[in-house]
Amino acid sequence: MTESIGIVLGKLAFVLLFVLNFGGVLTWVERKQSALMQDRIGANRAAIFGFRAIGLFHGIADAVKMFTKESFRPANAEKFIFTLAPAISVFFALIGFAVIPFGDKLLLGGTEINLQLAPLNVGVLYLFAVAGMAVYGVVLGAWASRNNYALLGGLRAAAQMISYEVALGVSIFGCIMIYQTVDLQEIVRWQGGYWGGWLPAWGVFLQPVGFILFLTVGIAETKRIPFDAPEGESEIIGYNLEYSGMGFGMFLLTDFIETVMIAAITVTLFFGGWQVPYLMPDGFHFPWGGTVELANWAVAILQVVSFTFKVIFFLWLQMTIRWTLPRFRYDQIMRLGWKYLLPISLANIVITGFLILMLK
Amino acid sequence: MGNYFNNIFRAISTIAVGMAETWKAMFRPPITLQYPNERWQLPVNARGILFNNVDDCIGCFKCARICPVQCIYIDTVKALPDEDLGKASMGNPIRQHLVRFDIDMFKCCYCDFCTTVCPTECLYMTEEYENGVFSRENGIYHFSKYSPPEAMALRRREQEETMTKALAKEAALAAKKKAAAQKGKETAEA
Repeated sequence: MTESIGIVLGKLAFVLLFVLNFGGVLTWVERKQSALMQDRIGANRAAIFGFRAIGLFHGIADAVKMFTKESFRPANAEKFIFTLAPAISVFFALIGFAVIPFGDKLLLGGTEINLQLAPLNVGVLYLFAVAGMAVYGVVLGAWASRNNYALLGGLRAAAQMISYEVALGVSIFGCIMIYQTVDLQEIVRWQGGYWGGWLPAWGVFLQPVGFILFLTVGIAETKRIPFDAPEGESEIIGYNLEYSGMGFGMFLLTDFIETVMIAAITVTLFFGGWQVPYLMPDGFHFPWGGTVELANWAVAILQVVSFTFKVIFFLWLQMTIRWTLPRFRYDQIMRLGWKYLLPISLANIVITGFLILMLK
Repeated sequence: MGNYFNNIFRAISTIAVGMAETWKAMFRPPITLQYPNERWQLPVNARGILFNNVDDCIGCFKCARICPVQCIYIDTVKALPDEDLGKASMGNPIRQHLVRFDIDMFKCCYCDFCTTVCPTECLYMTEEYENGVFSRENGIYHFSKYSPPEAMALRRREQEETMTKALAKEAALAAKKKAAAQKGKETAEA
């Protein structure tokens, strides 16, 4: 706790703006990515003073629409919880980012700034706790609506998210066993090494199965297609059924923020977080002998940019998956979660442990 | 157990196939046409809004009769014997005033029969297809070259003519009857 309040606020602003902007831009990305894959152009008509900016203003138009629409509340709804539920949903999606490291140490005017909002030594456990709370917003919103269809959606959300919570936790035990820490900053530092002098020691090379399992479960946790049983647009049920205006907007934003969240955790655990290949704290050290000296601030910027680009890649990947795969039936989701992902995760732990013992 | 692993294998391989398809699709150029700004080139025989070139129309009623939905309304007034309305461009003499030639494009089913039967080929389909309007009246296209007062005058003329003719006919009939009666009387007297 050596950092002054100004620095903490600055980091907070950075993380919040990072996440919320990504969440907003994702609405645009979703439209454009789907258009790209379906030989279309995508939304490009929203214009400010004749400038269309390839449809980027559609996010702003959406936000204005959401804010200005009437937030209708059904007569029988539980007033307090109905109003609170979207806020809970967004809150638990946002606070998870507190422990995601987006850079190493930055020296600024003699003070050492840890580029991580909350340097928590139980970061992974905190993430699990937050992900476990995320289901509350959905279930409470569905229950408070006093609508049977919404309640169905809420029940499905509860069943799906709690089932996948188990697999989510188990799927990264293998990683934690290798890293021997649950501090996310330490996990990223661990991945700064090299095998054979050139291959970055990223978690994905050690835990390929764990990575695939985690990404699958992560997509399920975002409640988006192909795991969108809680929403079920084609069945006209859904936990956000009775919500309109910004209440609905916040549920929508939650989905996008969780997408960013999953991308960020995947990058942190499996793809070296802010690590740039061959970038040491004092500059590049290439395996073929060349070195490039860099100042501390330049290294920090490179690390943040590297983290950002990795996150963008995984956002793109999730969008592609979302627009490629059709949605699962409810029983298929349950079967996938309990009969396939969980046993494979457990087998992954056993095999990882066995290999660690063998190689020690 | 074999089924279990087969399922896993199939899931992974089919996802790979799907993602490969997605990847390929991403590099295809879009086929979207930004409609109000760009349009498709219409084919030669495209069917659009009907248009009647009234200068060539001889008022033969063929289009109105063949129309399966009866969306063409025609009223004509016969020309006077001393009136010369000229000839259509294909040589057919025009013998009547076309006081009304309305087409209800909301009823039209774009079957193209009317243009096929048209003897002077004055009725044809244009390439216009954006005929959405805000009022039902605007969907009815008027092609007569006579203004409403002119058309009214022509109609009245025909009415009067018919009336005169009918009166004359009646008078003639009455005269004939009278003559016949007289003749019968004379025969009886004789």
